[in-house]
This record gives sequence, structure tokens and C-alpha cells, in this order.
Amino acid sequence: MWLIMTALAAVITTAIWYVKAPEDKYKLGLLSLIFWGATLMWFVDHVMAYLTEGGEFFETNLDATLLGLSVIVFALLVWEIVLLVSDPKGVLKRVLKR
Amino acid sequence: MACFLVPAGEAIVTTVVQKVVENREKKAGERTKNTGVNWSRRLSWLNKLLWGGTILLALEHVWHGEVVPWPPFLTAMENPADVAPMLHEMATIGGAMAITVTIVWLIIVLIAELKAKAMPEVKAKPASGGG
Repeated sequence: MWLIMTALAAVITTAIWYVKAPEDKYKLGLLSLIFWGATLMWFVDHVMAYLTEGGEFFETNLDATLLGLSVIVFALLVWEIVLLVSDPKGVLKRVLKR
Repeated sequence: MACFLVPAGEAIVTTVVQKVVENREKKAGERTKNTGVNWSRRLSWLNKLLWGGTILLALEHVWHGEVVPWPPFLTAMENPADVAPMLHEMATIGGAMAITVTIVWLIIVLIAELKAKAMPEVKAKPASGGG
């Protein structure tokens, strides 16, 4: 389930990045690459597990869904930290100068 | 078990490579003529894919109790019988993850090259993408 949710997040952020491109003031390119990196790795993990162990390709239960949500929240948190540290709008600088 | 450590290792290496390339480009004032995208920027795409995947997979391993915040950090290391399967998983699944991400990145770079070649002239300010 977390693979589907991360892939969905990757597709949505890429679409938003493309709409805003070539400008990337808010580092949406970074966010989409974070999601795509995880999506690719989990896809490989799922395929190899399916080929070697069999069973269901996607886990569709509450635990897997909660993990998917946690992964998205964590990725957004990482992106926001990078955004606040780089501060492209200079908001933090202005707040600290007050 | 610890498959994400292989892409993490690659990410460390490519981050160092990116920094070295970036410094060389700054010194030389180099910019790829045909694309407007230099190699340090291309490597930054790979780094973001690898680090992003590694961070989120690390969270998944914590969630599943395979990584803990106390030594030896990997639960598979606590039992000697689990070490060999862990190393096997790192070699197979971890290796496949790293190779797949690298191949996808190479395809992205190739598409960027082909797109740039199709353009008559690249403006001085390159198009933004991937941060």
C-alpha cells in the first residue's frame, strides 16, 4: 500500500512541479525526486519479493496504509526543513530581523 | 532487513563525486555547451533520488522493527544466524535498487541531452528542474 501511496505522491508533486516549471522556487523538484527515489526502490523490493516468495504484490491493510501516510508526512517534513533552511522567500530572515 | 544501506552507500559516493565535480566546474567556469546543464547538476538529480529513497526506506525499516535506535542498530545483527541472509538481501535487493535508480537517472540525463540537442540554442539561464 505504501508503494501505491508514494507513487501517487510522486505523480502529483511532479505534475505540480511541471505546472510551475521552469521556476522551482519552492523546491518541488526536490520533493518529487524524493518520492520517485523511494517509489523506484520499493517497486524493486516488491517485484523481487513477489518473484522469490510469492504472495500478494500489494499489502492492503491498516498497518500498510498508516505506513504509507507516515512516509508521505516524513517526506513533506524533510522537504519543509530544506525549504526553511534555504528560505527562498527570505521570510525567516525578515522575522529574525524584527 | 538492511537493503537500503546499498543505495545509501552509493548516495555517499555520488555526493562526494558531485562536490568534487562542482568545485572543478567553479574553478574552470565550465558549463556544458549543448544542454546548459552541467554535470554537478545532473549528479544532484541522482543524489536526490538516492537520498530520498534511502531516507523513506529507513523509516519503513524502523516501522517494521528492522532498524532500532540502539546498537547494533540492525536487528538482524543481534542474531548471528540472521547476518548471512541480511548480507544476501543487501547484495540482491539492495544492489537491484541501486542499479535501477542509476539506470532511471541515466535515462533522465539521456532525455535531457536529446531535448537540448533538439533545441536551436540554449539560453544563458538553464531551465530549473530537480532543485
